[in-house]
Amino acid sequence: MKDYKCDFPQLNDDYVYIDSAATTLTPTTVIDAINDYYRNYSVNIHRGMYKQSYEATEIYENTRRKAAAFIGAKTEEIVYTRGTTSALNLLAQRYGNRILKKGDDIVVSELAHHSSLLPWQHIAAETGANLRYVPLDSEGRLIVDNIKKTLSDKTKIVALTHVSNVMGYLAPVKEVTELAHAVGAKVVLDCAQAVSHVPIDVKQLNVDFMAFSAHKMLGPTGIGILYGKHNLLESMEPLEYGGDMVDFVEKDHAVWKDVPQRFEAGTMPIASVFGLAKAIDYLEAVGLDHIHDHIVKLAKMTIDGLQSIEDVTIYNEHSDSGIVTFNLKNVPSHDALSFYAEENVALRAGHHCAMLVGKKLGVNSTLRASFYIYNDEKDVHRFLDVTKQAVDYFRTLGF
Amino acid sequence: MADLSHMYREIIMEHYKHPRNKGLVDEEGYNKHRIKNPSCGDDITIQSKVEDGIVKDVRQDGSGCSICCASASVLTEKLKGMDVSEAKHFADAYLDLVAGNSYDESLDFGESKVFEGVRKFPSRIKCASIPWKAFKKTIE
Ligand SMILES: Cc1ncc(COP(=O)(O)O)c(C=O)c1O
Repeated sequence: MKDYKCDFPQLNDDYVYIDSAATTLTPTTVIDAINDYYRNYSVNIHRGMYKQSYEATEIYENTRRKAAAFIGAKTEEIVYTRGTTSALNLLAQRYGNRILKKGDDIVVSELAHHSSLLPWQHIAAETGANLRYVPLDSEGRLIVDNIKKTLSDKTKIVALTHVSNVMGYLAPVKEVTELAHAVGAKVVLDCAQAVSHVPIDVKQLNVDFMAFSAHKMLGPTGIGILYGKHNLLESMEPLEYGGDMVDFVEKDHAVWKDVPQRFEAGTMPIASVFGLAKAIDYLEAVGLDHIHDHIVKLAKMTIDGLQSIEDVTIYNEHSDSGIVTFNLKNVPSHDALSFYAEENVALRAGHHCAMLVGKKLGVNSTLRASFYIYNDEKDVHRFLDVTKQAVDYFRTLGF
Repeated sequence: MADLSHMYREIIMEHYKHPRNKGLVDEEGYNKHRIKNPSCGDDITIQSKVEDGIVKDVRQDGSGCSICCASASVLTEKLKGMDVSEAKHFADAYLDLVAGNSYDESLDFGESKVFEGVRKFPSRIKCASIPWKAFKKTIE
């Protein structure tokens, strides 16, 4: 296999980075693109007639085309946002708010990241709509049968997480979408975790909205995408008002630009858009299927290895992604985390912004290792070795 | 692991495994304050009773990492019997000690001195601090 590590200047010999579900590392091509903007342009877009502004605008808009092609959407269906969180808030505030009435249902699940839950929880309280939780199966999965039972003609929105950031499970998106549409509900897909390794075609999946963040797919922070079917985006008011989002301004009213510009008020993070383009290039050159196979293989090796260590609890033995969630028995996860940190192994402990999954698992804090394309089998071995040492260390201390 | 072992001192393990003054009481005259750090699972409540300007009793309850739980346990023994201003001064000095700031070195820290081991682990300073911050709230 090609060694991808050399593309990532953050890595060095003994550093094992397995926290990619939080954010991915950044390849040199992306860093160079960000620098390219500041070094060679550093101008505003959409406004200048001079060459630099014209070219920067071209790159900004070409990136929109690239992002659209990446997920099978039309260019005008791609809205730049600050990331998944702000995309989902925009939706809840401006789509949810408009269509939800007292007594309507919003279907969510305990697997949701807080950003895919709290905007709906808030809008439910505001509109009098009800949140309905799809019961998870014994493994913590979202299964079609339970979704069927939760849907009704009162359901207006189904907020679905494509890949859970704690359990690493893939949701049955296509089936859910068909069932949701059959009762007249719209589907909002959170692709924050999926986008880095699952090929997504929004037309084929037929979801109504979807969101993702560049920083979880090798891109920079501060930029993400909201996809929406064109007629649905058209039906939404902007959330932010200001420059660059209006066609005409009168003293007492103004006329918004068409979508997507309507939702991009003010100066956007242009350098991050430059970076996003190169992140998509990188993923396409490697191939999402290849990335998926690679990280699933590493996760599987990790789970097998952890199973052979006594005193480790694994919470997602059948992970569908590069995410492995576990604890060392009797060791609070933050105690364990300090041990890994001392060994230069970067992973995460806590509730991972999904407290309801923790409640479901009966633990309020877990350790999470999440692999990506720059990890290799050597990283898995290091991680397993350090885990063994940690178990021994804490046992000797008397935990 | 030298730094780590400097943090996980025997005293800490002893208090972690055998927490003192654990469990809250439902009696008059007690004030309590709860601090949660949900991102790491620490969730500690400190309860104190002040009479005639003296900290008559301190209790603790909750869950979390070993550093947080042990620190709550040590706190209850250390502060009991001090007068309120002395206890507040001590808590402030302790918070400075674990944060790596300059602190009042004239105080007798006793067992609580071992928590200075967290200085090398900036992300754990909070764990060692939570109970003491909660205590200060109970005597405000
Ligand atoms: C499943 C999922 N949804 C949403 C988010 C939020 O993404 P962001 O913080 O980039 O807005 C995350 C990030 O942790 C996530 O894992």
